[in-house]
Amino acid sequence: MSDALDDQALVNSGQQEFLTFTLGEEEYAIDILKVQEIRGYDGVTRIANTPSYIKGVINMRGVIVPVVDMRIKFNVGEVVYDQFTVMIILNLGERIVGMVVDGVSDVIALDPEQIRPAPEFGATLDTEYLQGLATLAKDQEGNQERMAIVVDIEKLMTSGDMGLMDQVVQAG
Amino acid sequence: MSVDLSQFHQVFIDEAYEHLATMENLLLAVDLDDPNLDDLNAIFRAAHSIKGGAGTFGFTDIADLTHALETLLDRLRKQELEPTDEMIEAFLQASDLLGRLLDAHQQGEESDQEAIQANKAELIRLAEADQEVAADQPSEPPLASASPQGGEGHWLIQLHPKEDVFAKGASHEAINEDLKALGPLEILQQPAEGKASWRLQADVGREQLEEIFAWVCEPQEVTFSREEAPLAEPSDDDGFGFFVDEKDLPAAQDAVEADQGFGFFVDTADLPAAKEQQEADQGYGFFVDEQELPIKQAADEKASAGSVSREVSKPTSPAKAQSKTSVDTSIRVGVEKVDQLINLVGELVITRSMLAQSLSVLDPIEHENIHNGLANLERNSRDLQEAVMSIRMLPINFVFGRFPRVVRDLTKKMHKKVKLKLVGEETELDKGLIEKLSDPLTHLVRNSIDHGIESPEERVAAGKPEEGTITLSASHQGGSILVEIHDDGAGLNREKLLAKAQEKGVPLSDNPTDKEVWQLIFAAGFSTAKEVTDVSGRGVGMDVVSRNISEMKGQIEIDSVEGEGTRIGLRLPLTLAILDGMSLRVGDEVFILPLTRILESLQPDKSQLKTVAGKGRVVHIRGEYLPLVPLYKVFNLEPRVTKPEQGILVVVESIHGKLALFVDELIAQDQVVIKSLETHYRKVEGISGATIMGDGRVALIIDIERLAKMNA
Repeated sequence: MSDALDDQALVNSGQQEFLTFTLGEEEYAIDILKVQEIRGYDGVTRIANTPSYIKGVINMRGVIVPVVDMRIKFNVGEVVYDQFTVMIILNLGERIVGMVVDGVSDVIALDPEQIRPAPEFGATLDTEYLQGLATLAKDQEGNQERMAIVVDIEKLMTSGDMGLMDQVVQAG
Repeated sequence: MSVDLSQFHQVFIDEAYEHLATMENLLLAVDLDDPNLDDLNAIFRAAHSIKGGAGTFGFTDIADLTHALETLLDRLRKQELEPTDEMIEAFLQASDLLGRLLDAHQQGEESDQEAIQANKAELIRLAEADQEVAADQPSEPPLASASPQGGEGHWLIQLHPKEDVFAKGASHEAINEDLKALGPLEILQQPAEGKASWRLQADVGREQLEEIFAWVCEPQEVTFSREEAPLAEPSDDDGFGFFVDEKDLPAAQDAVEADQGFGFFVDTADLPAAKEQQEADQGYGFFVDEQELPIKQAADEKASAGSVSREVSKPTSPAKAQSKTSVDTSIRVGVEKVDQLINLVGELVITRSMLAQSLSVLDPIEHENIHNGLANLERNSRDLQEAVMSIRMLPINFVFGRFPRVVRDLTKKMHKKVKLKLVGEETELDKGLIEKLSDPLTHLVRNSIDHGIESPEERVAAGKPEEGTITLSASHQGGSILVEIHDDGAGLNREKLLAKAQEKGVPLSDNPTDKEVWQLIFAAGFSTAKEVTDVSGRGVGMDVVSRNISEMKGQIEIDSVEGEGTRIGLRLPLTLAILDGMSLRVGDEVFILPLTRILESLQPDKSQLKTVAGKGRVVHIRGEYLPLVPLYKVFNLEPRVTKPEQGILVVVESIHGKLALFVDELIAQDQVVIKSLETHYRKVEGISGATIMGDGRVALIIDIERLAKMNA
């Protein structure tokens, strides 16, 4: 009930919630409504003759879902697979994709005006897929201000760059 | 009264489509020389149900058209008119129009009013063509015998002799006595100048009455007419009007029309009809007030069931007719719900095997209960899986059912005579396949009619029966389904095909076998038809057929004998959802091979392996040299064994020939649920799909055709 009230409050204030995760040194934020669940890295079946960052497919309760390792794709972080490896399952409209990242950090609420346009350079990701940059306030432990890169994850995952879809789908 | 009816629109539309389909099937089955009353009644009921629903939901155009349809049908089923080809044609047209109207309503589009009016006019013309004639003749006794309330009907007897029969010695008293013997009698008109009339409440045949009057006057001097007295009183209209509410307007109009049209003592058999309409409409009016759709349907069914029982003074089988309409035991469920169910059951099976795996360490004697429970769980979940899978299975009649119409229309258009025979309509296959089968089958049937079956003259000249036969058959053959289209037409012409192939520049071997030549008809843009008709001849159809069938993982076989006919066989898997497969291991990965494609598996001897320069390796098996395809190379894996003599060779068959796949080991034979990789990912070369294994991992299913191509 209180969740519902919170949600309502969020909607009223125009704020949006984001899930932040780390890739190497950088912190990224994605729309939390696109996140279906977060789970460990396990039981991935390899697919032959695909780029190395496409790790294969997993069984998500009867649904076959491809897994992308963002660390390999963007050449950051340390590529190890152990019990701490985290996979974010994204629900992008009709498609479900698993994405391996270095770590999941937080859920934050951002006002639209908190998101600043991104400069033309500076991030690992192509600026085309960036919604902007957001400054995160100091947390209670007194850590210093951080910057999160807000990513349009749907646009990124459905792009031809990722090779997750047939080109026909791309055109349409 | 302010309940929103639109929530029921979809239900009505779905139902109406069903009624239409029933109607069409029955119409096509009508034998013009000996129409079956049950069938005519069933058609009438279907039309009536559509009208009722349409009226309730305010689809006045549909209600209007069905009303015209119903009027004609009503006269047919009462045997006042003989069905003619013209009528059937008009009915079919009407049913097409209704289908289009339903589409239009569903999509909120405008309907084609002109066509409706034209068809309506035609129906009315047909219905009334006979009206005057019918009124003049001493009308046939209607078949109606018992009124729906269970009361008896009345005979209205009118004596109108040329001469005063009573003056000539006939005894009014004697007639009264004789009639009284049959049932309660009411004298309506005392004899005056020979004229007299009676109302007899008795359930007797016309013959009995004729007998009584035989010695009184000439047969044409007395009329007997059937009436359902109590309800036929015009005063009843008031009471009836009470039930009418605005939503019921079209239906109400009906009844009024009927009353106006037939009047009170019109001495025809139309009275029961008027009454019946009232009765049915009352049912509607009343129940519509309740705003309860299911009840309305029930009323509808009751009404139609009632009309059936009234018609069965003939020794037909009332029980059968009633059971047809009484209870609908099926539920309409969305396919996605069924698929979800299949997924969930699949999950259940996987969870069970994981549970079994972790419990296998427990001592079987100490934990006997757990092991027994697990065994039960396994049996139950397997049964459940089978039961759920069977939901997706439908009889092939869903596709075959449309062909009587297709054949009828095409033969008409092309002035040919073709009889369609359906065999094995109850054969069940997956719903997904049924939907995909419909297009290719239509093409094949069209082709058979257009190119296969000759014109009646040619057939007679060739010493064949004037009427050609096309047989559509379906049967289970092992793990697959064989659908055949067989015609007794001209057959394929080898020379013509070869000449055409040359003209089009289709590559062919020097001395092609018949099978190779027949395959030519599936090449795109290939048609030997002398001219392009609007039915076929563009050379597109067969191309579509072959593509659709291979999409369904099926195969096409053609046999043809010139002058005797052609047989085209489509061999299809039972279902697209389940595959009998062999699981095998390459490195750390598990793959599935379709079992139907596996010919044998063996461990080769070193001496059987040969190297062909530049072409890789081949394996020599019983005189044949088969290309050796190491799967670890195709799929870029780290194998456990790299020497074929240490692993296993699986010989598979593809349309490009046999292949020997080299794998690490075979694991087991499994029935697997096929899942698409493309839903969330994309097509993968050499892989046709994926499945989930007992341990919850994904295994890929190998596409042998693609593999063969990749290797070629």
